Amino acid sequence: MVYLDFEKPLADIEAKAEELRAMARKGEGAVDVEKEAAALDAKAQQMLGELYASLTPWRKTLVARHADRPHCSDYVQALFTEFTPLAGDRAFGDDHAVMAGLARFNEMPCMVIGHEKGNDTKSRIHHNFGMARPEGYRKAIRLMDMAHRFGLPVITLVDTPGAYPGKGAEERGQSEAIARCTMKCLEIGVPLVSVIIGEGGSGGAVAFATANRIAMLEHSIYSVISPEGCASILWKDAEKMRDAAEALRLTAQDLKKLDVIDRIIPEPIGGAQRDPAAAIAAVGVEIGAMLAELSGMKPADLIRDRREKFRAMGAHALAA
Amino acid sequence: MNWITNYVRPRINSLFSRREVPENLWTKCPECGTMLFHRELSDNLNVCTNCDHHLAITPRARFAALFDGGAFVEVKVPEPIADPLHFRDQKKYPDRMKAAQKSTGEKEAMLVAEGEMGRTPVIAVGQDFSFMGGSMGMYVGNAIIAAAERAVQTGKPLVLFSAAGGARMQEGILSLMQMPRTTVAVKMLKEAGIPYIVVLTHPTTGGVTASYAMLGDIQIAEPNALICFAGPRVIEQTIREKLPEGFQRAEYLLEHGMLDRVTHRKALRDELISILRMLTGQPAPTRADLPAPEPATTEA
Ligand SMILES: [Zn+2]
Repeated sequence: MVYLDFEKPLADIEAKAEELRAMARKGEGAVDVEKEAAALDAKAQQMLGELYASLTPWRKTLVARHADRPHCSDYVQALFTEFTPLAGDRAFGDDHAVMAGLARFNEMPCMVIGHEKGNDTKSRIHHNFGMARPEGYRKAIRLMDMAHRFGLPVITLVDTPGAYPGKGAEERGQSEAIARCTMKCLEIGVPLVSVIIGEGGSGGAVAFATANRIAMLEHSIYSVISPEGCASILWKDAEKMRDAAEALRLTAQDLKKLDVIDRIIPEPIGGAQRDPAAAIAAVGVEIGAMLAELSGMKPADLIRDRREKFRAMGAHALAA
Repeated sequence: MNWITNYVRPRINSLFSRREVPENLWTKCPECGTMLFHRELSDNLNVCTNCDHHLAITPRARFAALFDGGAFVEVKVPEPIADPLHFRDQKKYPDRMKAAQKSTGEKEAMLVAEGEMGRTPVIAVGQDFSFMGGSMGMYVGNAIIAAAERAVQTGKPLVLFSAAGGARMQEGILSLMQMPRTTVAVKMLKEAGIPYIVVLTHPTTGGVTASYAMLGDIQIAEPNALICFAGPRVIEQTIREKLPEGFQRAEYLLEHGMLDRVTHRKALRDELISILRMLTGQPAPTRADLPAPEPATTEA
């Protein structure tokens, strides 16, 4: 278990409980050690519940980036069958930050596309920390187009710090690739549903999330810029990220109030990283519900629905 | 529906406009250091008379030179909700807005105009870098949608001059949502068969390039304009190496296949007229600075 800084008191209690149990296993300590450990467990559970019921936007940012949080590949493995990865943009290369392919969701064939961050040093480097290059967006464009031609719903799973800021990525048209991908989202006559499972980082996220229905996990974030980036520009001090996270209103709860997203998917107590299976199952239920809302809609209506949804955004303000 | 807010003749108007009377009558060229007399500079479309460096130009000044006789009508842009997030950094967002309005004499970072250039009807959209870095928020999104709607309604081609540091952070997620919103507008143009030409000016970066500014039928840039998604400093910090000379400049993008043309500001008007007339199947243009058309011809 990787603890975040603000979980330190919790870590102490859980470590103590574990210590007691370890002693009991070795035959040391008192007889009622389990009773004491259980009391600590209960205390930890209560603390966890309280901590996560009132996460600040900055803490949510840390949770959204938590290394133990389930990633795209975990969702794909658990929620889809017959996943058949499809690679390449047919122009330059294959982008490992974007995993995509044919699969079945509840038996129904579909196209699934998402950002994969990786879960250890080696795989993180392989997946470029979930930061896509133009090839990733062009692969997505190609596959969305295919989905459109064969009438397959598209499900996107968003988890990226943002598009990759690299030399080659810029030379090969990062902005054009993102713009075209967003446009492709607006063109396809099949249901397009999107779930922000961790970080929804700026344009790199929008390119996949210009969808008919958008859901966010309870502690995920979606923002025009990272809190650190915003702090260094507007506060001229990257250490002001807490203030920036607050000001940007990047939480699922605020975005729902702004009508930018449709659904908030509750996470297990202590966040998706505490019980990945439960978080994944909850996401599966919501994907099913979003697809059900769109079933039976004609291609032209799906396209219109998407365009009207985005045109209408900005009609609501948040309360002061 | 009255979409015309006012009928302006900017060449006359500009004599009285606040921003056109600089406190300092001389501007130093940031490229070669030559002191340029403001009148001479504005007559030369803010291009350095010594080294050809393209200095920033406001949409109003650009349109004055672009449209026949300097005459155009502004297309009304629906007002968005002000400060939807109650954003506050070191200053309050409404205070930043007021300061920008005061220093520029403009309401927001985008101007939408309708008129004729070389007797070719056109809708022109200009982004104003001097207004909070030209940043894209709800107003800019509304402006592009209004321009696209007007273009579709009238069948006139649309020319957009981009200039922006990126998204308006003070509008948070709603600024990000202008990427899909403006893409919806571009989609409307494409489906209606309306030519959409983008002229990228210095600088055009961030979410603006990753949406409407990279989706033109024809992509033109002014010389040496910085055009990128991620800025050079961010990239240098990420890859920890020095970037090549001219990286992310217009000529570099042209060489990498991301642009159709790099065109000097003073050649731009004729080029646009020529392209638009070919795309809309009109006869070859008359090349001259034509007088303003009768106002009646621009009425809806
Ligand atoms: Zn000069």
